[in-house]
Amino acid sequence: MKILVIEDDQDVATYLIKGLQEQGHTVDHASNGKDGLLLATTEQYDAMVVDRMLPELDGLSIVKSVRATGKNTPVLFLSALGEVDDRVDGLQAGGDDYLTKPFAFSELLARLDAILRRSQKAPTKTTTLQVADLELNLLTRVAQRSGKTIDLQPREFRLLEYLMNHTGQLVTRTMLLEQVWDYHFDPQTNVIDVHISRLRSKIDKGFEKPLLQTIRGAGYKLDDPS
Amino acid sequence: MIRRKLLHSSSFRLALIYMALFASSALVLLGFLYWSTIIFMTQQTDTTIEADITGLSEQYRQWGVNGVIESIDDRLQRDPESSSVYLLASPTFKPLKGNLSAWPEGDVSSDGWLTFQFEDARVGGRVFFARARRFVLQGGFNLLVGRDTRELIAIQGLLKRAMLWGLVITFGLGLIGGVVMSRSMMKRIEDINQNTRGIIAGNLSQRIPLSGNNDDIDQLANNLNVMLDEIQRLMTGIQQVSDNIAHDLRTPLTRLRNRLESLQQQSFQDNAYNEGVSQCLEDADELLTTFAALLRIARIESGGQQKSFSSVELTELVNDAIELYEALAQDKQISIITKVHEKVTINGDRHLLFQAITNLIDNAIKYTPEKGEILLTLHQQANSAEFIIADSGPGIAIEERDKVLDRFYRSEPSRHLPGSGLGLSLVKAVAQLHKARLLLDDHETDKQHSGLKVSIKF
Repeated sequence: MKILVIEDDQDVATYLIKGLQEQGHTVDHASNGKDGLLLATTEQYDAMVVDRMLPELDGLSIVKSVRATGKNTPVLFLSALGEVDDRVDGLQAGGDDYLTKPFAFSELLARLDAILRRSQKAPTKTTTLQVADLELNLLTRVAQRSGKTIDLQPREFRLLEYLMNHTGQLVTRTMLLEQVWDYHFDPQTNVIDVHISRLRSKIDKGFEKPLLQTIRGAGYKLDDPS
Repeated sequence: MIRRKLLHSSSFRLALIYMALFASSALVLLGFLYWSTIIFMTQQTDTTIEADITGLSEQYRQWGVNGVIESIDDRLQRDPESSSVYLLASPTFKPLKGNLSAWPEGDVSSDGWLTFQFEDARVGGRVFFARARRFVLQGGFNLLVGRDTRELIAIQGLLKRAMLWGLVITFGLGLIGGVVMSRSMMKRIEDINQNTRGIIAGNLSQRIPLSGNNDDIDQLANNLNVMLDEIQRLMTGIQQVSDNIAHDLRTPLTRLRNRLESLQQQSFQDNAYNEGVSQCLEDADELLTTFAALLRIARIESGGQQKSFSSVELTELVNDAIELYEALAQDKQISIITKVHEKVTINGDRHLLFQAITNLIDNAIKYTPEKGEILLTLHQQANSAEFIIADSGPGIAIEERDKVLDRFYRSEPSRHLPGSGLGLSLVKAVAQLHKARLLLDDHETDKQHSGLKVSIKF
């Protein structure tokens, strides 16, 4: 994938470029807002990572201008401004997701993957999700593994739905809190772990191949192990 | 130096302005007095002259010219020093009787009044002004009756002197008063200045002395003192917080450093190496979380978030939080009993309120022993809402209840449990932002034991 990074902090930029290249992406970098806008409008990218506070032209204006030209390149905002209001500003300007500095690279990668996937997936409405022998029917709200019905609470259903929509991708705890529970907050203890382990005991217990994995220090991944 | 200061002091300038004001009002008053006295006296003189003329013409009617002459003689002899002027003259203005040697020159106005100069032989020929009236008797005799103006002039002089002295005294007293007043004012202001200079120089415990009469300067000094108290309190707070930050972050940083150091001696392929790196990452994440929480509290305390307030359904928030934490409670076999009023709505920030509620639930689960109980209540009163969470944990001693709200403070029995010591500080900040009252109290679970009850009254 070809990714544009607009970031003026040299350290963060180097760290991002190195990390993204290791993941097999091609990375272009602009260190100020003007160059960033020029690249964003003239070149074709699969995704952009944009810092909000930049010299010459701020991130919000860049994304607004890019959107005005009709380009739908997925955008991930990076910013030290992390309040809900700032987040809303970023999303209203046309950003697809918003990440507050300081951030873990795994978090950035997970979110970038999520917005890349979202933009590539055909917008056809699927009624069933399937990973290996696990099936989720979105219409009847029934989950089955190897034909056996699994009894899920409504929230567990939404959790599984989100994980299955992001099959094979790393999903962080914050992403789950934001997307499944719809709250921006920092839990003092890892409550999410408890919910994941409950879900795991429902979908993986008694089956040979576990689908739901915990990635230490990063988050979770639902994947077909075969 | 002091003289220059005095001239520049606002109280002295004020005193000068007042002095000028007083002086001019005294001048106006005395001027009015002068003017009305003169007018009154002139009128009085005129009336006396008229009465005299009436008397003399009566004499003429009864006794003829001789009667008039006799009358004039009689009057002049009775009071030789008098200021009266009499002259009876023949129709050709030849003097017949009186204390004027000749008929005075000067125009007579249509109603008979005239003002003239004459030499008074009685006082060595001094020249006086006189005001008189001419009256023509029936036989063509001219009668002149008047009063000289020496009394008027004397009174005029007296009044002028009084005015002059009045002014001098007003100015003098005003100046002395102004100097005295501004000196004492200057001294008190200088006191305040001196103290504030001391405070600027770094002695924050210094206070401005009060004179004790509770006047405006005392009030100013008192307000400054209260302000200084608040600044000192905040400074101590900041100092404590930074001390705490330094202290509480040193431990995890040292741990991280030690881990990295021991990793340095291991080889890449080692399993323990990977394990060590993961642990380092966890340590670093923990530090970042602590910083994020600190920043968050600071931002909430600065109060800028009130603009993002909207109508929030607390019921929904509380139910979501319970749903999120129920699993955690069940792992410890803790039962959460809820008494949630159907629809409680307040104005606030949804995410921050959720953060506060989950922090409290998180704490309650953490401190309640296994098989314990947590009681959650949310109810709406007239125009306030109250959220209460009570647990069957160890509770918090009364003397510690204020301290646990401070950043990083952890009570002794909880030190071994995981946590940053920021959870309740954040709850406090959120409550303050929402102008809600946060109260920590005992929760009687049974006779011997009491847990903690936290209530937020919106």
